[in-house]
Amino acid sequence: MMAAMGEAKRYRGYHDLGGAPAGAIDRANHDYTLSEKRVDALFVLLGDAKRRLLAVDEHRRAIEALGADAYERLGYYERWIAALANLLVEKGVLSRDEIAARIAEIRARGGAP
Amino acid sequence: MTARFRPGARVRVRDRHAQGHLRTPVYLRGKAGVVERLCGRFRNPESLAYGGSGLPERALYRVRFSQRALWPDYRGSADDTLDADLYEHWLDPDETRRR
Repeated sequence: MMAAMGEAKRYRGYHDLGGAPAGAIDRANHDYTLSEKRVDALFVLLGDAKRRLLAVDEHRRAIEALGADAYERLGYYERWIAALANLLVEKGVLSRDEIAARIAEIRARGGAP
Repeated sequence: MTARFRPGARVRVRDRHAQGHLRTPVYLRGKAGVVERLCGRFRNPESLAYGGSGLPERALYRVRFSQRALWPDYRGSADDTLDADLYEHWLDPDETRRR
């Protein structure tokens, strides 16, 4: 869960990257994919005034809790959807079984990798 | 609206141990800067992140730091600055004269 524990005094989350060596930055813009737009829309709808199922700070906390490995491995919106799923389970809105069953269903009809 | 610091006040970011979700990056801990403005009062993200109410609201300041004060090997102009939004409970008055 924790990356750099070097200094006991300054616990540094692995997401707290400011000032850490990072190499060259890719400054090219890219278009959002359909699935990225959907993740964004899902986030907005879950937190809107009608539903209020999550707060932006909860989502950030859930992203930071994915683990250093997932944080490295997943893309930006992949972290978003993984954190959203964890939050919905945490809050009892969905169960792991329901999510897994739905993913299997979508895969079966060839709709997802 | 009560606020502990006024624009122009010299402040130092607290260097306290902290875990969990927070909005004060490690690279600013212990650094001194100047309050540029009071942004307003907002619910505390450190509480909201865990389903809390975030109340009472906390004053949020935009604090200006000298880039050279933040990065020992900074090669840009001595006038270059960095602004960061920081909550009042992460700031102390800066006692030292020099930034």
